[in-house]
Formats: sequence, structure tokens, C-alpha cells
Amino acid sequence: MSHQITNVLLVGVGGQGILLASEILSEAAMLAGFDVKKSEIHGMSQRGGSVVSHVRYGTEVFSPIVPEGEGDILFGFELMETVRALPLLKPGGTVVANDLQISPPSVLMGQETYPMGLAERIKAQFADLLLVDGQKMATDAGNVRAANTVLLGAVSKRLDIAEKFWLNALEKMVPAKALDVNLRAFRMGREL
Amino acid sequence: MKEILSGNEAIARGAYEAGCLVACAYPGTPSTEILENTIKYKEIDSSWAPNEKVALEVAIGASFGGGRALCTMKHVGVNVAADPLFTLSYTGVRGGLVLVAADDPEMHSSQNEQDSRNYAKFAKVPMLEPSDSQECKEFTRLAFELSEQYDTPFMLRSSTRISHGKSVVELGERVTDLPLPKLEKNPAKLVMLPGNARVRHPLVEQNLVNLSKAAAKMPLNRLELRDTKIGIITAGICYQYVREVLPHASTLKLGMVHPLPHDLIREFASKVDKLYVIEELDPFIEDQVKAIGIAATGKEIISLCGELTPGRLRDAFGLPQPAGIPVEKMPGRPPNMCPGCPHRGVFFALNQLKAYVTGDIGCYTLGFMPPLSAMDTCVCMGASIGMATGVTKVVSAEEKKKVVAVIGDSTFLHTGINGLMDMVYNNSPATVIILDNSITGMTGRQDNPASGFTLMDQPTNAVQIPLLCKALGVKNIRVINPLDLEETKRVIAEEMERPETSVIITNKPCVLIKRDDVFQKGPVYAVDADKCTGCRACLKIGCPAIEWCPAGDGSKKGKARIDPLLCTGCDVCRQLCKFDAIGSVK
Repeated sequence: MSHQITNVLLVGVGGQGILLASEILSEAAMLAGFDVKKSEIHGMSQRGGSVVSHVRYGTEVFSPIVPEGEGDILFGFELMETVRALPLLKPGGTVVANDLQISPPSVLMGQETYPMGLAERIKAQFADLLLVDGQKMATDAGNVRAANTVLLGAVSKRLDIAEKFWLNALEKMVPAKALDVNLRAFRMGREL
Repeated sequence: MKEILSGNEAIARGAYEAGCLVACAYPGTPSTEILENTIKYKEIDSSWAPNEKVALEVAIGASFGGGRALCTMKHVGVNVAADPLFTLSYTGVRGGLVLVAADDPEMHSSQNEQDSRNYAKFAKVPMLEPSDSQECKEFTRLAFELSEQYDTPFMLRSSTRISHGKSVVELGERVTDLPLPKLEKNPAKLVMLPGNARVRHPLVEQNLVNLSKAAAKMPLNRLELRDTKIGIITAGICYQYVREVLPHASTLKLGMVHPLPHDLIREFASKVDKLYVIEELDPFIEDQVKAIGIAATGKEIISLCGELTPGRLRDAFGLPQPAGIPVEKMPGRPPNMCPGCPHRGVFFALNQLKAYVTGDIGCYTLGFMPPLSAMDTCVCMGASIGMATGVTKVVSAEEKKKVVAVIGDSTFLHTGINGLMDMVYNNSPATVIILDNSITGMTGRQDNPASGFTLMDQPTNAVQIPLLCKALGVKNIRVINPLDLEETKRVIAEEMERPETSVIITNKPCVLIKRDDVFQKGPVYAVDADKCTGCRACLKIGCPAIEWCPAGDGSKKGKARIDPLLCTGCDVCRQLCKFDAIGSVK
């Protein structure tokens, strides 16, 4: 069954807007006529901890969490969290990652250092890596907070969901006053 | 119409469609969002109660008054609500009553992983268990109907993956033909004195026998024959993992997990070669299957601990795992108190004072984490105060002074008041710090009886915590500004010395409160790099806005930096800097 399912993992740090991005993805998949399931952990993870959101769509989805090692696309909002989630990805899977480092408490306190060369380490294991400077592109689109939408645009290009469903989902889920910037950011991402 | 709903949203929708009139709860992960969604339906009177026992009693009252009532809580909340629950099964209901217990296998945000199905059996209350959002909606609706049909409360068991998972739901309409609630006296059924209860108990037992027989024919218990070499009895989220990993196996998918449909289990067992029971946590179904004389394999291959995942199920059946890459060792990212959190300074002071801190449940439990490292116990809601009393009963006079209980405003109102009453009544010398941030923070900023607003966002009375403590008989009550480190440490030290009960109440709100006039962000702070000596004093409060920037020459030298996007201007770090290197940016 699982070969008919597309498995997307969205990972990052609590507060980065991961849940909204996964909601938009789920909505777009449903509008495109797929069965969709999504799972993540709220609660403690909101206080700046690691967040992993699973979105699965296809003809019929059973498990709401992506079976270990079967992820098709890893959508990383932060580099260290992206590397942490690589074991969930299947060999030859796709990585779309935001080129952003957010230091965890032990690094902020100077007890550990932020690992170096993470993009190269991802590239060595997953050739299909797209590294995006989401912050810069979102600033160009009009608001740095639309970085997730730039990345979502890049992810959308790699999924079998037509553009109109993405736009419908964005219109439904993004607040009206932020919609223009987000649509711009999304289109910029789609061109990557 | 179809929508993608979380399990919690779907339970709220199911209650709405069932004609539910009252919904009551105390927030608790992963159940909280159910009530945050019932408020979307104006037909439902939704409210936060101070604790789960009160929440259930409100629902029972609504039911006895003739209306359908929903009560929701996390698994450990059922412990608090257990007292009314165990007698509610004897009285039965008038309007349908559904109690949702949301379990947390793997303890994503809980202190234990108790299995609520045991409560259903123990309290003699039937229980349904949905396996996706569509079933959350349907089963909630069905539970209301069955509750009235069988004159018993119904429990609905969810879990983190069901409550917080989302899937596609077909929406329905609200029922409109329910009788209007009105008072109707029936003391023989509702006054559980021994004479009346003795009459009711046999009826409860008979009811469960009747339900077990009827359940064999209910569509929510579903026999699905595929390859009959392997047959699996399962329920809830585990059903989804079984279908994912063992798509060809036959399944008996149970929608009602108490009472079990014995006839259907026997029929299923007779049709398959080898029988398994796949369930998270306790062998609840497995033990009962074995008790009726049917051999089955379950906990030999599935752990009693933690949640199930597709990978763990593959392991249990010896199936090959996909060749993922190995896990890399990297710095962890545990949750942390927010920048500007008013709890931070209190735990910094408790650490410096080397207090023995009995802790409680809330955001402030993060005071356990380094570098604050100032929490020594955490057991359950409200436990900090009673435990502080207990500790002071056994240790030396000098050590008694070290004992401090910390508890949040919402937790104090939940089950802390009785502990404080006892502390005063029995002359404990311990110190209690009530961390009043004017909100129930950890579960996502819910209002409570001291916050001044209802769940429906209506202004209401706000409990005056200092006056409440005074009424309980506390003579020494100090209100402090927890962002003033000198004052905080001095007052805590003074009250620790005092050989009688004292209460310190902090008075700064949670930084996440969205209401305009509650939390005010101050001017952002910055580090003057010329003055910073790299002493690391400001790092000792563990603020996520302060970052250590190594000099980059391989030495241990470096300087601190403040992230202007994260800083709230709480001023705590400035008070730690001996070199006047931190100041506000005008």
C-alpha cells in the first residue's frame, strides 16, 4: 500500500510556523482529491523544542505517522533539525532545507558548538538537496516572516499536486492582510 | 462537506452534531483543543472548570437536568475526576453524557502513561475508541445516543496521535429532535445512599452484559477477513499501524473496548490460524481474550511501554526495516522557558539559595532544566504543597528551612488550595511560592478562575489569590515582582527562615498573553561589546535570547549577544551583569 502514498516530513524549531505549513500542505492535498493524514506533537514542543510534523497523502492512508525510513521529502526549516530527521527519509529521498541555524540552549550557553558543515553532510547522503535562503528571499518578497512560504513553494514543485490547489489552500489558511506577500513568496519558491 | 480535522476538532464536531448542550473541561495535553473547538458552536455552553472533578460534576448536573453533556480531560485528569465517575455509573444519566479521556503513550507531555481503558472496566463505564478523525466524530455522536439508550455514561478514549492527528472528515448536521431539558425528580435513582445504590449496582452489571452481547452486532466492531493465517484484534491508532504494516492480515477492529464483544472475538478466533492482540500500553484486550479461554500473542512482542509506531510493529513481527541512515549525535533541543518568562528569576534565586523545591505541573516544571536546575520533585497537579508539608515533618530543623513548594496560579486553583489549607492547619514551616502569571500557560494560554475571563472570552470574577490565602489562615503573604532579582531572592530567603507557613505570590503575567493590557514588551536590550568581559554571568539564567559568541581563536573567550528579535526587555539579565555591559536600546 505504502508505495502509493507520498510521505512528507516537516521539521524545525517550535515557533517557526511548521504547523501552518503542514496545514496548507494537507489542505492542498485534500483539495486535489487525495486522502490525507497529518500528525505532530503539540504541548512541550512549543517552547522552542524540536518539532516534527508528518503529512501523508494518497488513495488511502492508514498510519498518520510516516513509517521510519519511508519519508519521500524532508522539508527542513532549520539545518540541525533537518539533519536530525534524515534517518526518517528513504534512501534517495528529497531534501528541501532552509539555510538557517537556530542555536539550541546548550549552544546559547557556550557548552556545545553548533555543528559545522551540515549542508555538505546532507548533500553527501542525499544528492537531491535544495538549500534555500528562505529569510533573504522572503525579505525580497516583502516580509521575512514569509520564509516558510518560499520553502513551501519549492516543496510544492516536487509534489504531484496542481498549483491551483496550493493557491486555494493558501487563500484559505493565510490571513487576508498577509496573503499578497505569501503568494509572491510561494511563486518565488516554485521557481527554485 | 469534507474538512481536514484533528481528532480533537472532530470530537467537538461530533458533540455539536449530537445536540450536546454543555461542554466542560480542565485543559490538559492532548485533550485541550476539544473545548477550544466546542466554543465555535454557539449552541454549546463551553466552560473551563478549576479541575477535572468539577468539570465532570458540571457535566453530570447538565445530564441530570436533561441535556447532553461532554466532559474532556487528559488521562491523569481522570484520576482527579474518578470520585464522581465511579458512582455515576450507578446513577446512570438523563441527557447523554460522554467523558473523553485522552491518553499520552510515550509521555510526549505527561508525567506517566496510564492506560485509561482500565478506568472503563474499573468504573463499569462502557468505552469507545476511535482510530481516526472521522471515527472521532462518529463515535462521539454514537456515544451520546448509546449513553441514553443504555442509561450509562460513556467514555471515549483518545490518544496523542488520535487527538493531534488530522484526517479527512465528512461533516453532518446537528440533531434537532431532542427533548428540551427540564427538572425531573428521581431520587431513588440519583441519590446514592446505600439502600438505593444496592438496587442500582446489579442493573449496572446487567447493562454491561447486555452491551457486550449487543456489541457483537454493532458496526463499530468490525470483522475484516483477509488472509486468515494471521488474525489481529486491535483498536484505535494501532489499527492504522496494523493495516499499514500487515495489509494482508485479517483484523477484528474494535470500536468498543469495554465491554468487549465476546461472541465476536470467539467467531474471529475460530476463523484464523494464529491470533494476535496489538495494543499500546496495558494488555487490556489481551487479558480478557485469554480469560475467555482463547490463546493469543500480544505483550510478548509489543512493549508495555511507550507508543506503537509502524517501525516498532515491523520489529515485533520480524519484518525487514528500510535501510535509513543512522541517527547523528547532535546537541539536543529541549523545550525552554520563553524569553522574558516571569518564572526565570524565581528559579535562579531558588538555585542560589540551595532550596529543596517541591515542584508541580506547568511551564515552571522547566525550572528543572539546566542552568536553572531548581526543582527536586514533580508528581502530579497540586502535589507540591502537600509534599512540602510532608518533607518538613521528617527532616531536621535546619533542613526544614530549605523546603519550598512552587505552584502556578492555575495549578493552585486546580488542587493546591487543599494542600495549603492543610499546611496552615497542621503548622508546616514550609514556604509556598505561587507563580501567578495570570494564565494556564503550558497547555497554550487558557483562562482560569483567577484570570478574569471565561473560555467564551467573557469578563468575569477573578479570584484574588492573596485574599484566598489569607482566608485559609496564612499569616505571611508577600507579593513580589519576579523580574526584580534582588527583591525576589531577599524575600524568598526571609520566608524560608520563618518557622511558619508563608506564601510568596509573583505578580508578572505570561509573556504570551495576547490581551492588550496584560503583558507589555519593554525596550529591547543589547550587550555593549566593549564592556562585556565574557564572564558568562548572564548565561546562568538560560534565556533563549542571550547567545554566547566564542572569540573564534580556539580559546574559551567570547562575549554575550542579545537577539533583538527575541528579547522582551524583562531586565533580568541586566541585573546579573557586574560590568554594566547590558542596557536597553533607546
